[in-house]
This record gives sequence, C-alpha cells and structure tokens, in this order.
Amino acid sequence: MRTRNYFVGAAFALLAGGITHSALAQEIKIGEINSYSLLPAFTEPYRKGWQLAVEEINAAGGINGKKLVVISKDDGGKPADAQTAANELVSSEGVAMLTGTFLSNIGLAVSDFANQKKVFFLAAEPLTDAVTWSKGNKYTFRLRPSNYMQAAMLVEAASKLPAKRWATIAPNYEYGQSAVAVFKKLMSEKRSDIQWVDEQWPPQGKIDAGPVVQAVAAANPEAILNVTFGADLVKLVREGNTRGLFKGREVVSFLTGEPEYLDPLKEETPEGWIVTGYPWYSIKTPEHDAFLKAYQAKYNDYPRLGSIVGYQTIKSAAAILAKAGSTDPEKLIAAAEGLSMPSPLGEITFRKIDHQSTLGAYVGKTALKDGKGVMVDSVYKKGSDYLPSDAEVEKLRPKD
Amino acid sequence: MAFYVVQFLTGLASAASLFLVASGLSIIFGVTRIVNFAHGAFYMIGAYIAFTLTERLSGAFGFWAAIVMAAFAVALIGVIVEMVLLRRIYHAPELFQLLATFGLTLMVEDLVVLIWGPDDLVGRRAPGFKGAIDFFGQNIPSYDLFLIVLSPVVLGILWLLFQRTRWGVLVRAATQDRDMVAALGVNQKWLFTSVFAVGVFLAALGGALQIPRDAVHHAMDLRIIVEVFVVVVIGGLGSIVGAFVAAVLVSELNAFGILIFPKISIILVFLVMAAVLIVRPWGLFGRPEAPARKTPGLTVNPWRPLTSNERLAALVALVIAATLPLFAGNYALTVGSEIAIFVIFAVSLHFLMSVGGLASFGHAAYFGLGAYGVAFLAKMAGLPMIVCLLLGPLLGCMGAAVFGFFAVQLSGVYFAMLTLAFAQIVWSIAFQWVSVTGGDNGILGVWPSSWAASPSHFYWLALGVAALVTIALRAMVFSPFGYALRATRDSLLRTEAVGINAKRIQWTAFVIAGTTAGIGGALFAYLKGSVFPDNLGISLSVDALVMVLLGGVETVSGGVIGAIVYKALNIWLVSQTDLSKLVLGGFIVLIVVVFPKGIVGMLEMLAQRRRKASPPGSPLLAKPIESAE
Repeated sequence: MRTRNYFVGAAFALLAGGITHSALAQEIKIGEINSYSLLPAFTEPYRKGWQLAVEEINAAGGINGKKLVVISKDDGGKPADAQTAANELVSSEGVAMLTGTFLSNIGLAVSDFANQKKVFFLAAEPLTDAVTWSKGNKYTFRLRPSNYMQAAMLVEAASKLPAKRWATIAPNYEYGQSAVAVFKKLMSEKRSDIQWVDEQWPPQGKIDAGPVVQAVAAANPEAILNVTFGADLVKLVREGNTRGLFKGREVVSFLTGEPEYLDPLKEETPEGWIVTGYPWYSIKTPEHDAFLKAYQAKYNDYPRLGSIVGYQTIKSAAAILAKAGSTDPEKLIAAAEGLSMPSPLGEITFRKIDHQSTLGAYVGKTALKDGKGVMVDSVYKKGSDYLPSDAEVEKLRPKD
Repeated sequence: MAFYVVQFLTGLASAASLFLVASGLSIIFGVTRIVNFAHGAFYMIGAYIAFTLTERLSGAFGFWAAIVMAAFAVALIGVIVEMVLLRRIYHAPELFQLLATFGLTLMVEDLVVLIWGPDDLVGRRAPGFKGAIDFFGQNIPSYDLFLIVLSPVVLGILWLLFQRTRWGVLVRAATQDRDMVAALGVNQKWLFTSVFAVGVFLAALGGALQIPRDAVHHAMDLRIIVEVFVVVVIGGLGSIVGAFVAAVLVSELNAFGILIFPKISIILVFLVMAAVLIVRPWGLFGRPEAPARKTPGLTVNPWRPLTSNERLAALVALVIAATLPLFAGNYALTVGSEIAIFVIFAVSLHFLMSVGGLASFGHAAYFGLGAYGVAFLAKMAGLPMIVCLLLGPLLGCMGAAVFGFFAVQLSGVYFAMLTLAFAQIVWSIAFQWVSVTGGDNGILGVWPSSWAASPSHFYWLALGVAALVTIALRAMVFSPFGYALRATRDSLLRTEAVGINAKRIQWTAFVIAGTTAGIGGALFAYLKGSVFPDNLGISLSVDALVMVLLGGVETVSGGVIGAIVYKALNIWLVSQTDLSKLVLGGFIVLIVVVFPKGIVGMLEMLAQRRRKASPPGSPLLAKPIESAE
C-alpha cells in the first residue's frame, strides 16, 4: 500500500510538470504575471486593459504578421510564487518576454529572475525606485511613474503651500517608507523652513484608524502627507472626517485620485486633497478618447488606472517586439532603449539610461460631485520632467 | 489631558470589535476544541451580507435590522457548516478540524469576489451615530461611544447566558470536561452545534458592525483572524472575560504605543502574547488544561519501521524520481526541486508534531532563518554555495534553540501560539530591519554556483537532501531518542516517572526540527535566488501544517506524501485556474471528509482492514507484526 503511495506522489510530480509546448511559428507569446487573487480591485481592470490591447493588436494584423498571445498567471501576492510562474512561462511556455507585477517586492523578484535567466521583463506597476535604480538591471524596463516621480510631482504642488508643520501617515512597508523618504527629501530641498512634526506607520491593510488619526491631530500639523490606499484609506478618511482631522489642514496624498481608491469613498470623499490619479472623465485628448470609447464599448464599464496600465503594458510590449523583429532578448533591449510610442496619456519613451518610461500622471484636487469623489483642476505631468539629472541617475544605478 | 482620555476611549472602541469576534472564537474553542480558522471568514461574510442588506433596507430601522439579520444569516451558515462538515470530523486527530476550516476560508475568499465583485465596498454610516461629540476640543465619534457601550453589554449578556441558563451550565461544563458531560448523557451534537452558531453569530455581528467605519473587501478575514487568536490566547482559552480584558489590553497598548513608537502596531500583539505566555502559560484568565484522558499510544496502527519490501519500494520510487531529468523539461525540474524542498520542510514539522506531539504554528520561522542565513553568508561574506548550504541552516538551529527553550515549557494550543508569536517577531525583524535584511524588498541575487545552477543538477541536489533528511528523521523515530520523544507525547507524567527529562527531550526535538526546516530554507533561497520576509510568514507556517495534516498526523510518512500532494496541486491549480483558492479549498474540504485521518492514515487503515479480512488462515501470523511495538 505504501508502495502505491510513492508512485502516486511521483505521478503527481510529473503531472505538475506539464507538457512543454513548442511555440508555433505564427504566434508570439508574452508571459504576464500579476496578483490577480490578492488584489482583484486593481488587477481586474488591469486584465481588461491588456485584453483590449491584445484584441486591438491582433485586429491590426498582429506583430509583424504574427498573432500575439498573452499567457497570464497569478502570483497570489508572493514573490516565490511569482518566480515559479515566471519559470513556467519562460521554460515551459517559451514566452518572448515577461510583463506585469504589482507589488514592489514581486517586481524585484521577477526582475532578478529576468536578469539571472537573461529574459526581457517589462514591469507594469511596481513603484519602488529600486526596480530601475539601485537594483536595476539591463533586462528590466518599467512602465509606471516611479515613487520618486510621483513624489516629485506632488512636491511641486506641496512646496507652494504655506504650511510649515507637516505630519506623515504611510503604510509600514517599503512602498510607504520610500514614498515618505523621497517626499521629505525633495520638500526639504525646496523649503528649508519645513518641520516634520509626526509620523505614523500603520501596518499595511491593518490600520487602527482611530488612534492614528487622534495621534496625528495631537501633533497639530498644518499639512499631512498620506500614502495609505485601498481599505486603509477608507478607514483613515472616515475616522479623519468624523474627528475633524482634515478641517483647516492641507492634505497631500499619493494615488488617491485613482478611481480604484477614490470611487469607494463616495460621499465621504474629502475635498481639496492634492493627489496623483487618473481623472478619466475629464481627459479630452484624441488618444484618450479613442481608448475610452473602445474600452467602454467592449466592457460597458469605465476604465480605472489599472486598465490604462494593463493596456499600455501590452501595447508597449508589442511595439518593442515589432521594432526588434525578433524575440532575442538582446535585440529586444536594443529595440526598447529610447523607443517612443503613443499611449492614451500621450507619447511615452523608454529611457536608455535607466529603462524607465516617461509615462506621467495627473495631479489635481479631490472634490465631491453628485455624491461621488472626482479629481478637479487636474493637469497631466509628463514623467520626463520629474526625473533627476542623468548624472544622478548614473550614480544611482549599478553598472550592467 | 483631554487628548489622553480620548485616546483611551478610541482604544476601547477598537477593543470592542476585537472582543466581539474573539469571544465567539473563544466559546467555540472552549467547547468543541476546534481551532476555527474560518472565524475570520464568518466575520467577513457578516460584513458583506450586512453591506448588501443595509444598501437595500432604508431608514434607521432598516440599518439596524440589517445588521442583526446579517448576523443571524451567517449563524445559519455556521450551523450548516457544523452539521455537514465539522460533525464528521470531531473524532479525527487533534487540529485536523483546522484543516477543514482552512479549506473553507480559502473557498470563501474567492466566493466573495465572485458574488460581490472585486471593488472595495463602503457602506452607510450608522443612523444616529454619524457625527462626533466634542470633548474639551477633541472629537469622539459617537459610533465609537456606541461600540464602547456595546461590548460590555455583550459581555454581560454572555455572562448571564453562561451563568443563569441550563445551556450555559452545559457549555461551561463541556469547556472543563467534555467527556464527562457526554458521559452524563448530554446530547453533545446539539450542544456543539448551538455553541458553534453562537460563536459564528458573534463573529458575523462583529463584521456587520464594521460597516460604518471600514471598507468591506475580500481580505478582511486574514486581517483579523490572527489577531483574534492572539487575543483569545492572551485572555485564556474559553474565558470570555479573559477575551474582553485581552482585547482592551492589546488595543490600549496599541493606541498609546503608536505615540512613542509609530511602527509598533505591526508586532505589538505578538510581543504581548509572548510576554503573557512566558509568565502565565495559560493566558491571563485561563486555567491549566485537565490532563488528557486519551489512552497512551492512541495511534490505531502502532508505528513500525518499513519492511524490506517497503524499503525496496521507497528506493524504487526514489530512483524513478531521480530519473526525472531524463525526460522532463526545466520547468518540471524546478517544480520538482520546490516539492523536494517542501518535503524537507513538512517532514521537519511532522517530526515535531507527530512524533513529539508539539504542533508548531510558526515553523516557517526556522525555514526562513535558514534562508536568511544563506543569504547573509552569500551576499555579505561572499562565501561559496556549499559552505553557505552547510552553515546557513545554523541560523535556523540557533533560532530554534532559543525559542524552543521557552516554547516547550508550554503544551497544546498555548505551545502553538507561542511558536506563532516567536515566528511573527522574527518576521517583523526581517521586515523592519531594512538596512540588514532589505525589509520586504528582500535580499536578491542569491543564485547557485555553476555546479548546481542547471535545473537538473539542482533537482538532484534537492532530491538527495530530501531523501537523506527523510531517512535520518525516520531513523530517529525508531531510535531510543525517538521512543523517548513519543513517550513525552503519549504521557508526560509517566515519562518523567521513568526518569526521562521530558523537557530536554522536547527541546532537542524542537532544535532538530528547526535545523531541518533551516536546511529546507537554505535550499529554497538558492532555488528562488532571493529571500523575502514571506519566507518566515504565517501563510508558510500554515502551509506546512496543512501538508502534515493532509498526509496524516498519526503516521510516519504523512509529511512526505502531504507535501508532495499539496505542493504539486497548489502549483498546478494556481497555474491552471483563476479560482485556485476555491478549487484548492474545495479539495481540502473533500479530503477532510473522505480521509479523516489524512491521506496516508486512510490508506494505512484500508491496508490494515484488508490484511485482517483476506487471509483467514493466518490471524496469528498477522498479529505479532501489528503488536511488534
């Protein structure tokens, strides 16, 4: 009986291996990894975005005549599982490149994997500066504006505020820590009179909002920097509204203008926060109109920022593949460096120096309209204007 | 001064929601001994249903009716779960019910997204409690005051229920000695069902009452479940008053702690629990557990070493596994390596749990320490791979030596929770000490040397180590040390009476298990090329528990089979379906119902039955083998 056990086990191990597919000559495969089960609020619109892109690309004749196929895997929010998925996509599915990821640590894990296995990786969402700078490598590119870029955009507006006493509230993990650090550094460079009077570090996803709000209020800051998002943001805003924390205080907040995080707040949306985000309802450019129309026609739903990220990730990947005319990673890198392409938010370029795209973000103020949160006075900030000088970037990034 | 009063009240309000959920868990555990991992899931469903109802029913009456209706609805779901699922497995080995409730939790997390969609939902504010009350210039939300009043009221009602009703007397009696209650002719089935319903009702009520202050989303359950367990253990299992005091203690320490150390929330509850358990091993208001009345050597099949045929078969299986690189691709080999590593991890926990009777809820700590040990040696000292692999697990060994010393002073669930606390402390150090560990961005670039870099070589390495570790631990099971360890498991008193230093034996076992887990972690670091705090996290500890339980606690080879089945299935499902949690959870629940002794346990039982049934002529021959031990 025990014997049979072992055989069952061995059979399972083999089964898990699956069958190695040989890539058909008429297809180009892209391997896509994201935290679908952990972060559905972001990744569902994201998935819709890239599916739309795939449809459009194939309707227009594919990539140099070859059909584009995206194989998508869930990483469950764990770096180790993301690497298993990356390995399956590369070794077993034979994908030409990897794309995706949301959490910074997963982005870094896949980027390290790509560097080790010499695979092209286009990081979609992870915001940490390390992806393109301190832990950057030649195989990794990134689409979204980094922590540094978003901080720089917000600092531009924040430094004009009269407030001198600042407090910070940020989730206690790398994203929150580095967002606060960069914001503080850039603010202090612009303004020597700023005092940092309090900082709160609730655990990500587990904020005990009442005491946090009370503690910040006790420090009596004139302005507050918020980095929390998702469910934590909801709790913080609700407690803050009830306890009057935001009354008479300026608030600067990362990501809060993104529909993913702004829409759930509904009538509780605090007014006048300076935020980065994506006001899809007020963008009036031909590129965005085309995207919006196609998206709404296909899904009968409005796009979130995730939709833009997913859409543009696959569009960028396709542009890189088309220009390279090959799936050889070295040729893909050569093609991607300095490549410019249109996007729903305007033209973007993948910089040669650090592989960061110049995709920007909208900065505006929150407002309440018909019981819903919206962004007003939004201005698109080009990513290229908010990056440090080339000399500084050279110093930040290890030599390949 | 007004500020400190308000902060104190805010802490009390936080304590209220914690208490409601914790009291339910405490009652359920006290009576049924079920470690109800699904308690957080019931809390979450409560919030979701309350959200739907509060959106439908208008007005103040509608809101409060919706909250109560949601709690009753979820209690009904709880009753169904208890009657259909849990009733079947009360007689399964201890902690096996954990597996069932874990499976349910997985399913619920996918189901709520399917039903309610992926977006965070924000419900109405409570009618009549929308604003805040001014207290010397500080604002106190009136809803907080409502919660502050509510929780002592609930405590009072529960107290009356337990002290003044016949049902309450029975519940208290069952908490103290459920075998005696059964012997006195009380219908345990309905007692358990009703207790489970009350516990689930409280959890769902706690969830529903979060509507006015929280967002409803699919990860609510995990956010609360661990903390609630901690509160229950600090208070003392089965003690409602204890849960109340612990909830207040934890919440107030957090409310004031963040004024001095803003980063303390992440670890506070675990620090408190570790401190309380070391000083008071049964929690603040708990009582020492009555000595177990189970017969020594409860295992149905006495353990025996493999017969020569079985050894041969195991060897053949190993040889077949070793030929995998001849026909499988790189991906299959990497998955094979991962499974082999998890076999190491699972057998190490299995050794502690099955042989030593010590169920650790924080075994990932030693796995992760092994991985970090390797990462430090490779990245900072730049040592070659072979040296790192040999020395890295020592970090796991040291961790196990220190924490194990304290942990083995306790037993049962308290032991489990103390190991959890230690694991969380180690995790938070890895998470917070950014300059050394890289924080949650981890340590990257820990790739194997060229001799082991190819997937086939690494697979052989992992397989070889896994085989060696399994053989070594098996040999230990049947060594004098193994017998002594099993003696401590079966009867601590008798063990000490015959002159065995039980604590030292258990401590040694803990260190052996921790070091072995560290070996697995060391290989894992090289397999993945990186180390993250995840490698020490709760979910990995739970994975290990699930593997052992799935294989079968009361068997010798359960860890091996459990690890292979669970890991292979997990990887395969995640790759094949978007609803991997739903399918995996369903599979686990099914296994629990069909194989209440775990996979290996069930197969052994079938084999034994066949042996008994088939050769009618040789019962005498069969017997000596069975009773060889």
